[in-house]
Amino acid sequence: MSDRNGRSAASSQPEPLLEARNVTKRFGAVRALDDVSLTLHGREVLALLGDNGAGKSTLIKIMSGVHQPDEGELLMDSAAIALRSPTDARAVGIETVYQDLGLFDNLSVAANFYAGRETVRPGWLGSFGFLRERSMSRHITELLDLLEVRVPHASAPVGLMSGGQRQGIAVARAAAFASRVVILDEPTAALGVREAGNVLDLVKRFAERDVAVILISHNLEHVTQVADRAVILRQGRKVGEVVPSPENHDLIVSRIVGGREGPAPGLATPAGSYTDSK
Amino acid sequence: MGVGRVLVVEQASQLAERVRHRAPWLSRESGSETWLTVVRAALQLGPVLVLGLLWLVLSLLSPVFFTQQNMTNLGVQAAIVAVLAIGQLVVIVTRGIDLSVGSTLALATVTGALAYDTALLSSGFGVIATMIATGAAVGLVNGVIFVKGRIPHAFIVTLATLYAARGLALVLSGGASKPGMPPAVQTAGGGFVGDIPVPVIIVAGLGVLASVFLTRTRWGRWIFATGGNPDAASRAGIPVGRVLISAYVISGIAAGVAGVMTAGRTDSGFPTAGDLAELDAIAAAIIGGASLFGGRGNVANAIVGALILATIRNGLNLLDVNPFWQLVVIGGVILVAVQLDVLRTRIEEKLRGRAAA
Repeated sequence: MSDRNGRSAASSQPEPLLEARNVTKRFGAVRALDDVSLTLHGREVLALLGDNGAGKSTLIKIMSGVHQPDEGELLMDSAAIALRSPTDARAVGIETVYQDLGLFDNLSVAANFYAGRETVRPGWLGSFGFLRERSMSRHITELLDLLEVRVPHASAPVGLMSGGQRQGIAVARAAAFASRVVILDEPTAALGVREAGNVLDLVKRFAERDVAVILISHNLEHVTQVADRAVILRQGRKVGEVVPSPENHDLIVSRIVGGREGPAPGLATPAGSYTDSK
Repeated sequence: MGVGRVLVVEQASQLAERVRHRAPWLSRESGSETWLTVVRAALQLGPVLVLGLLWLVLSLLSPVFFTQQNMTNLGVQAAIVAVLAIGQLVVIVTRGIDLSVGSTLALATVTGALAYDTALLSSGFGVIATMIATGAAVGLVNGVIFVKGRIPHAFIVTLATLYAARGLALVLSGGASKPGMPPAVQTAGGGFVGDIPVPVIIVAGLGVLASVFLTRTRWGRWIFATGGNPDAASRAGIPVGRVLISAYVISGIAAGVAGVMTAGRTDSGFPTAGDLAELDAIAAAIIGGASLFGGRGNVANAIVGALILATIRNGLNLLDVNPFWQLVVIGGVILVAVQLDVLRTRIEEKLRGRAAA
């Protein structure tokens, strides 16, 4: 309640949907994340950039409930949330598509969609756990149509489908259940040009559904196409935040690899959007 | 005229598009895909086709084979392995294996005999319940140690209980069989309803039950999901640990039921019964197309696998083939079945390649 009031009372800066505040995560002696803060606003596509080992995966695993931060906290609608498991994250409306897609090759498209949250029939059949196959498969067919994801058939096993179709299914599954945030880990890495384009279109359509997106990608071109903002990580620290555009690719790359400390003098960024967090 | 032709062409292509959309298997482009789909369906039906072929050939070679008496024998011989194979299938679907079922079967016959000697449990129901509970208990031990002990593979856990359950059966029975079983148990092992042997009816009933459970219920779906991709299953909120434990409990229950049938047939608690039965059960499930990679297999085909094994033994006996050769033949059939599993995987990879193109 107070959240909503707070939001309407807020001035020009709307209150963030999801926020990580001073998050630190250690694995043994390694500091995978060091005092990282980040905000995600409603309907926003936020890209996470960084080299391998920069801490991107650790950060999204914290936000999807796989890891728990050693220090710092997560807030949703300005209220602290504790995500002890992926189930907790899903319960607050955060869905994650991991790089391995998390699909079940042996199961149908419909079974994949509903894995872990199958609906059962009403009445006594339901108390024995009997599945509502038909209504589940109808929902899926509608949803796939809506998202323009083309698959041979909702009852066909996912293992027989192409990389692009599988990616489409994984993203559509997240879209189907995410009410607030979708986290995508390298959704275009294994795809051809056309298939990647389809996935990026899907990403853009999340905003229409009032869902914010956190996107990890190594492909700056893709990031520029869809992301409103990008956060750059290096060696577990946040080293910059930028509105990605074709003009500042070089700057972003230098930030990612750490070739230059501090903001480059004289390198104007569009709309003055470059802010150095250090 | 030109416009008219264009319109016709356009309509035709729209129609083709609609056909492709509704019935992709009808379109010309997917001709080789259709072929692969057919091959895949043949592999699915493979076990049934093999069984049919075996029966056909044996009927031609031996006048005795397709008689009612021989088919009844064959059904009874296959029944115990079939029940074990149903349980084994559930475990194999989760990427596991249960080596303990033969010993569990023996232990169940012995606890059944002990129950028959105990006033409180001496009814037919009490004895049968004791045997099934014994199976479930061994399964629970297997599952809990495997999951909670974070043992890398169920092979070792169930190998341990293979020894332990056999030892326990021998200890509890003093190493000798204990004759005498209540009528209900005898019926389960050797009775008839009309012309149909009761063990065959039990297999059919359990088969339907297991099949409905695996394909129509949520827990059954979770068993397949866990076998297909354990990491994704746990991220999807599926209680993977409990699902795995349940698979071993189901296999244990199946071993208990097989124990009831064995005790009924021999009218005794029989501590050396079911020796190597676990290998027959595994072979039946694999011959029936279950994949050791997990996530694949169906109950009907596992039962067909048990029938194929029994048919090979029965048929070679009728044809007077040296029993030592039977073992060689069964070994060959298992190799072929595993090879078909690999072949199926490759065909599916091919299908995936086409989908990508």
